[in-house]
Amino acid sequence: MRGATLGINMRDERMKRLRHFLMIMVAVAIPAAITVAGSPAKAEPVIDITKGNIEPMPIAIPDFYGSQAGSDIARVVSADLERSGLFKPISPQAFIQDNASLQQGPRFQDWRVLNAQALVSGAAQSTANGQIQVQFRLWDVYGESQMTGFQYNASQNNWRRVAHQIADEIYKRITGEEGYFDSRIVYVSESGPKNARVKRLAIMDQDGENHRYLTDGSALVLTPRFSPVSQDITYMSFYNNKPRVYLFNINTGQQEILGDFPGMTFAPRFSPDGSKVIMSMAQSGNTDIYEMDTRTRRSRRLTDNPAIDTSPSYSPDGSRIVFNSDRGGEQQLYVMNADGSGVQRISKGQGRYATPVWSPRGDLIAFTRMAQGQFYIGVMRPDGSGERQLSSGWLVEGPTWAPNGRVLAYFVSDPSGRTQLHSIDLTGYNERVMKTPLDGSDPAWSPLLSSQ
Amino acid sequence: MRIQLISAVAAALLLAACSSDDAATGNTAGTNTTGTDNSQVAAASVAPGSAEDFKQNVGDRVFFALDRYDVSAEAQQQLQKQAAWLQQYPAVTVTVEGHADERGTREYNLALGERRANSVANYLTALGVDKSRLSVISYGKERPECTESNEACWSQNRRAVTTINR
Repeated sequence: MRGATLGINMRDERMKRLRHFLMIMVAVAIPAAITVAGSPAKAEPVIDITKGNIEPMPIAIPDFYGSQAGSDIARVVSADLERSGLFKPISPQAFIQDNASLQQGPRFQDWRVLNAQALVSGAAQSTANGQIQVQFRLWDVYGESQMTGFQYNASQNNWRRVAHQIADEIYKRITGEEGYFDSRIVYVSESGPKNARVKRLAIMDQDGENHRYLTDGSALVLTPRFSPVSQDITYMSFYNNKPRVYLFNINTGQQEILGDFPGMTFAPRFSPDGSKVIMSMAQSGNTDIYEMDTRTRRSRRLTDNPAIDTSPSYSPDGSRIVFNSDRGGEQQLYVMNADGSGVQRISKGQGRYATPVWSPRGDLIAFTRMAQGQFYIGVMRPDGSGERQLSSGWLVEGPTWAPNGRVLAYFVSDPSGRTQLHSIDLTGYNERVMKTPLDGSDPAWSPLLSSQ
Repeated sequence: MRIQLISAVAAALLLAACSSDDAATGNTAGTNTTGTDNSQVAAASVAPGSAEDFKQNVGDRVFFALDRYDVSAEAQQQLQKQAAWLQQYPAVTVTVEGHADERGTREYNLALGERRANSVANYLTALGVDKSRLSVISYGKERPECTESNEACWSQNRRAVTTINR
């Protein structure tokens, strides 16, 4: 049991992580590293998340000491880690060591009895002016040493974000990969009958909390996507029966049409630096891809082909674009340089391919595939090799990447028209429903909020 | 000429079918207020030149094969009727709505709907309807007419609908 999750922890990897650890800057809460005591144990708890269907690591997360907020934070941290499918939080009812004495240091044998591989101890105190001070330490139960520790000073209202950032630190320390819990989802909330769906933009934390609607449903809205650098969303709206790409500022609620195009604009996405939006424009029966500078509002045509060219998505370095085209007779995926040159088809399998999205890590492209009456969510390398299917169903569509490129969200529809958001691990395991108040489609995952 | 004849027959049938309802609601026809010479349909329950007239007596939609946007022979006949009606009422402007079935991806289907709407608009233009009277919009797979999930239904949803602007 222990041998399966331990073991492969290379020195290089640890050094790399240490560097990351020193460079962390968090916007809402300023974390301070808590000194790691002693030298690292020989075999720390490590999860190799590239393996697929792994046994989740048992982890103990007692309530943080000192306040109700401490209990709430521990609950959110625990839920985040559990939902990742990589951790199995142990029921607090089994805990032997009490929270007060845990503040003096873990009695490791009390946690080994529960088979906890890792232990999180923490404290949360209210300070002046609605502030909260939160600290946590992650312990290697078998190695009897501290793996990491941070202190956060934040506004009381931001306790959830502190919890998500703590979950991200734990995830990162144990998997060696960046976390994704301090992030949000924007999506289209759906209600009403199939032939008269009411669609509203809605936003929520990745765990479904802090849900709110951004539009009132009077205009049909589709395909929202986050700016990587600002509080802007780009999306498509049928406001005034004029289907166009819009910008929406989450903080101010201000909406504006993007550009002055003669035809329908749709399928927008930001460039990785947020300076451009790439999208399709349809006019006189032909759809091509355009880019628009969000500051100067100058646009440039990137494809000029009688086929439908749509669903463009930049590579994370901004040098290339993957898109959907039927120039070869049916929908397939193509990659081109960011100036529109060097177009190459990359999808090679059976059926039609659509909605390509480049991973934030750059290594993969996620897509929707349609074949033999079924829909699939899959991934392939940017050269089209290594195609893998992650999920399938009557209708599954529109994948979006979590900021660490390890998890995907997409939507599922059944023949009655009900829609639902799902998430799945890149390995194809741990498919979960993402809870929304009403039906949901077109999810888009934000970057890590602390990176903005 | 032939159009008007069909209209008259349809109107007569309609009147027969609806006469009891009309009596109940006090809707006693006689709605020829357009000043045209369609005296033979004066008794119809829909006003000649109206959106209802177009929908009931001409037919407002054509259908497309899977993933196609070319105007079929059957659709051509339908659009000839639409063009004749539009030439009869030159003040009317229309919006051609393009639609797709639910078995495609959202963004591609928006483009496909736009293609279908333009196929119809182009065909009507070729038949002499002035371009300035036609606009297009695509709803992709967002506004199905038929809500079941089978091929019979999907074939009704792969459509372009000519709607009279109010």
